[in-house]
Amino acid sequence: MIISVMVTGSPVSQQAAQSALSFCEAALCAGHQIYRVFFYEDAVYVGSALSVSPQDERNLNAAWSEFVQRHQLDAVICVASALKRGILNNSEATRYQKPAANLEAGFELSGLGQWVDACLNSDRVVSFGA
Amino acid sequence: MKTLTFLARQAPFGSSSAKACLDMVLASAVFEQQVNYVFMDDGVWQLVRGHAPEGIGAKNVMAALQALELYGVEHIYALEESLTERQLTQAHLQIPVRLCSRAELSALVQSSDVVTAL
Repeated sequence: MIISVMVTGSPVSQQAAQSALSFCEAALCAGHQIYRVFFYEDAVYVGSALSVSPQDERNLNAAWSEFVQRHQLDAVICVASALKRGILNNSEATRYQKPAANLEAGFELSGLGQWVDACLNSDRVVSFGA
Repeated sequence: MKTLTFLARQAPFGSSSAKACLDMVLASAVFEQQVNYVFMDDGVWQLVRGHAPEGIGAKNVMAALQALELYGVEHIYALEESLTERQLTQAHLQIPVRLCSRAELSALVQSSDVVTAL
């Protein structure tokens, strides 16, 4: 089955991003295909390369980054949600004259159209909300 | 074409959920999909006319409800019991909506390809 996943909950204060990661791991293990993972609203914090976790806690951002790169998944961070929350890639940082870019490896910034496209090309769309 | 159903369940101000849902509805409409936009629970407050959120430093995102027709979003519903619980009627709303029961909502969800609740 072709599955897309939308995450809206914050990785630091809600369970959604961890649940979504576990779901994606299980889906791939079971032989399903993941068409796209779309991060929206507070879930875009998953794309920050600057988050630091205490030593005895899992860094979910690093885990997601490693996961999407290992499986070469299409992982899209909603650009409108991201800009508001200070998640920028190099071109957005240059465009808005910000001092740094911080988008984690493996993710790309794009619009809601990517989510609609995922809906059109997937058998199932599973949301992990706040 | 797919049928995408959106359940707007949060109050219009106090969180970004209402705008997040509206933006998804508009994006889906731009892609010319069949869109059902359902207001339920505290989400019915999004439909109420006369909001003046400038006083709390918020933007009146729900002013865009008026533009839904232009985007071709014609299937707009409010869960009747959510309105009733809040002592709201159609007369309080800024756009015409179809009232639906829980059973009708259930059928709507059943007939949808993708359901998103925000």
